[in-house]
Amino acid sequence: MPVTDQELEKFNEKAWQLRKDIVDITFWSGGSHIGGAMSMVEILILLYYKYLNIDPNNPDMEERDRMLLSKGHGGVGLAALLARKGYFDFELLKDFNKFKSPFGMHLDSLKVKGVDASTGSLGHGLPMSVGLALGARVQNKNWLTYCILGDGECNEGTIWEAAMAASHFKITNLITFVDRNRLMIDGPTEEVMGLEPFADKWKAFGFIVKEVDGHSYTELAEAVEYARKEEKGPVVIIANTIKGKGVDFMEDDVRWHYGGLDTDLVEKAKASIDQMHGNPAGSKG
Amino acid sequence: MTEGLTYTVYDADTMTQAEIYGEMLCKMGEENPKIVGLSADLAKSTKIGKFQEKFPDRFFNVGIAEQNMFGVAAGLAKAGMIPYVSTMAAFTAMRGVEQVRTDICYQNLNCKIIATHAGTSFGSAGSTHHCTEDLAIMRSFANMTVIAPADGIETANAVRASLDYPGPVYIRIGRGFEPKYYEDENYGFQIGKAVEIKSGTDITLISCGVTVLQAAEAAKFLEENDGLSVRVLNMHTIKPLDEAAVLSAVEDTRRIITIEDHNILGGLGSAVADVIAASGKGCAFIKVGIPDCFSIVGYPEDLCNYYQLDADGIIGKVREVMKMDFEEDEDWEDEV
Repeated sequence: MPVTDQELEKFNEKAWQLRKDIVDITFWSGGSHIGGAMSMVEILILLYYKYLNIDPNNPDMEERDRMLLSKGHGGVGLAALLARKGYFDFELLKDFNKFKSPFGMHLDSLKVKGVDASTGSLGHGLPMSVGLALGARVQNKNWLTYCILGDGECNEGTIWEAAMAASHFKITNLITFVDRNRLMIDGPTEEVMGLEPFADKWKAFGFIVKEVDGHSYTELAEAVEYARKEEKGPVVIIANTIKGKGVDFMEDDVRWHYGGLDTDLVEKAKASIDQMHGNPAGSKG
Repeated sequence: MTEGLTYTVYDADTMTQAEIYGEMLCKMGEENPKIVGLSADLAKSTKIGKFQEKFPDRFFNVGIAEQNMFGVAAGLAKAGMIPYVSTMAAFTAMRGVEQVRTDICYQNLNCKIIATHAGTSFGSAGSTHHCTEDLAIMRSFANMTVIAPADGIETANAVRASLDYPGPVYIRIGRGFEPKYYEDENYGFQIGKAVEIKSGTDITLISCGVTVLQAAEAAKFLEENDGLSVRVLNMHTIKPLDEAAVLSAVEDTRRIITIEDHNILGGLGSAVADVIAASGKGCAFIKVGIPDCFSIVGYPEDLCNYYQLDADGIIGKVREVMKMDFEEDEDWEDEV
């Protein structure tokens, strides 16, 4: 088992906190990309609490692992997580999206500590990740690059240009995730612009593909452990997820790609999140 | 910046203009292990292939995928490397432009771009391979420095100077077979500082890139035949523009012509016009360039003549401007 029961308990509490933070920031800011932030919570928690070699007190540490959120609209989730990790004060996120705030909905790497690349325009994260991986290789560095893609984002040609390059250059120090929540702004991915057979596409581009339940820490961790050891070529982890995961009225509903919450909905959302995670803080009394 | 230029003179008579920068880059690569090279199936055409031959482990040919190339370059810069990226201007300033803007400029990365085949230099290839828009596009990006060297020697100077110049730098050159202007590299090249290659008091010709040689020849002819005192500025850096040099030209000559192998909209001429307009001072002014059209097919020298970018064309424009009126007023202080 790559994840212990103790870890699972910790991750569950961190995920519960993160989901509630995303709800709060969505309320404060008037709206956020809440659906896609919720779908990748388990991926973020696993990376930031188990795998990434990072130091919030030394965010620019040269030897740190890099994590690029190529689906930059998930910035609301990443920002909340980075705050809880100690990169900056969580209270600052009350200004998310607001006038002169360092936190726009797509995070600026020059303004927000812990953000390894400014993303938001889709299809940019994987090429930059390939460059980072090559940079580590040229300098004989051991740090790894992680990249999280959205599935709708994989309509972009640059994803496949970068995929071609990653396998051509035999890059093994890059671990790519796809948050496969199957929804994009205008509808289901398979209706707007079909991606299937998705795994076969990645295979055809030279990737080793691991398909997992993107809300299962055990399955995600098994795939990450595999990818960290794999030396034959690049690995992509297709994480099958549910958009809006944890908030019952948002789950798998295309309308919650971006949205705002009033106090009533905040309460309902938090109640649903408590139910999903078993209210870990509450149970501790 | 000029103090660091201690390399030897290249054999500019036997090397093409593009090959000279390839040599320069190799020399820099020996001194600085952080330099990496990238191209998109144009390593040979752009001459960055010289760097590839010498440093195969520090060169990445990404295939015909320019957007990916600039993203990869951004990643390499983030990893602490200093990428020099070279492909055609059309595929830099247009095909890969969002990556140049959002990945490289927005994140203010230390990434240098050498864009070849700019302007109409790839004449016979037609408008798909011409690039008469890049100066306008690139100078509108915050953090970007934009340079259009006059010839191969100046390209080598610009490439060398770019290493110590922080942030993104865009260097636009021709196909590499353009005639040389400079005999050697020691003329005080400095990013952001115009080179006065001829003094004069009647009119100022401000040019960049391949038209510098043409402007110099026109000035010589006009002095000998029309008795005019023509100042010639090599405005190799379009951004940051040497505003002081433009203002001096306004004050001293009151007549300015800009010449560039680029659309007359948005490039050198527009940058100079901004400075003239903001000065509040009267000045007769003409922009010579591609007149907001898609350039026609032909050999570069024929296109240069067709669009009046050559010495003959410039001479005609000077005679035109010399007939233009501008407000005669010795005391400009009251106008500002």
